[in-house]
Amino acid sequence: MKGTDMPENHHAVIRLKKRFADSILDVGEFRGEVTITVGKEDITGICGFLKETLEYNFLTDVTAVDYLGQEPRFMMVYHLCSMSGRDRIRLKAPVAGSDPLIDSLVPLWKTANWLEREVFDLFGITFNNHPDLRRILLPNDWTGHPLRKDYPLQGPDRDPYKGRLA
Amino acid sequence: MGVDRPLGDNVIFTKLDALVNWSRKSSLWPMTFGTACCAIEMMATGAASHDFDRFGTIFRASPRQADCIIIAGTVTKKMLPVIKTIYEQMPEPKWVIAMGACACSGGIFDTYSVVQGIDEALPVDVYIPGCPPRPEALLYGLIKLQEKIMMERNSFGNALGFGERVEPAV
Repeated sequence: MKGTDMPENHHAVIRLKKRFADSILDVGEFRGEVTITVGKEDITGICGFLKETLEYNFLTDVTAVDYLGQEPRFMMVYHLCSMSGRDRIRLKAPVAGSDPLIDSLVPLWKTANWLEREVFDLFGITFNNHPDLRRILLPNDWTGHPLRKDYPLQGPDRDPYKGRLA
Repeated sequence: MGVDRPLGDNVIFTKLDALVNWSRKSSLWPMTFGTACCAIEMMATGAASHDFDRFGTIFRASPRQADCIIIAGTVTKKMLPVIKTIYEQMPEPKWVIAMGACACSGGIFDTYSVVQGIDEALPVDVYIPGCPPRPEALLYGLIKLQEKIMMERNSFGNALGFGERVEPAV
């Protein structure tokens, strides 16, 4: 199994630190899963390096987390998988709430097209150089981004749930 | 007694309402609208063991050839205009069966994107609760709809222009 308990000994982390030393903010590890937090400016460069050189050529998932109240507000999460090396790695990139903009990974992986459309639809994070950024799950004329923490669960036009005994 | 019965048993006397309602209820052709998990129970009802076809129902894929529409599954707000278009394409007389908790009232999905019951948009005749309702429950709901159809009055007269069609309040 690649990597040991110390995430710094993971071969991808070592090579990333050598090449993108100033972009890497944090390295974490949980039960064998390595997570690297990087700055959002160089995300295409880092993912391109992981895809071409280190053979993490399968983008499994693109999603986001809303930490309402913290700054930066959003955290983009990318899951990469290496089929030849039988290894998975997670990249996180913080995105500010006042400027929810990040580069798109569509030039590297075609699957990022729909995955980033889903993140745009539900969180409102826009992607530079995305060929077709529009809503994918909700109707086209919907306003608001429902998976943000300040969006009401029942929708803006209905009363909130008052509890079972109300 | 010597009274001639020249026609024998070939002539039946009945009411026009009874004949028309009997023929409508005995061959209800549903337009399947299975959106979510209830569609699987609807398929199970149409399959071999609980047979839908013994009640005369055949699933028709086209709304133009269907009598009733069975809304089986969760209806999202994005899907609602599609359902309305299909319902409007069905010719009269038509009935609506809401199958499952999500079609009756939104089910457990009390959220922004789910229509809280298809009766927000369509006039529902029979509600079948359950998550999902067993095939026997769907058959019971179908039989309830058949009983409701038998209680209608003057639908043929309404089509000819005499009077109004009386639908039961049950």
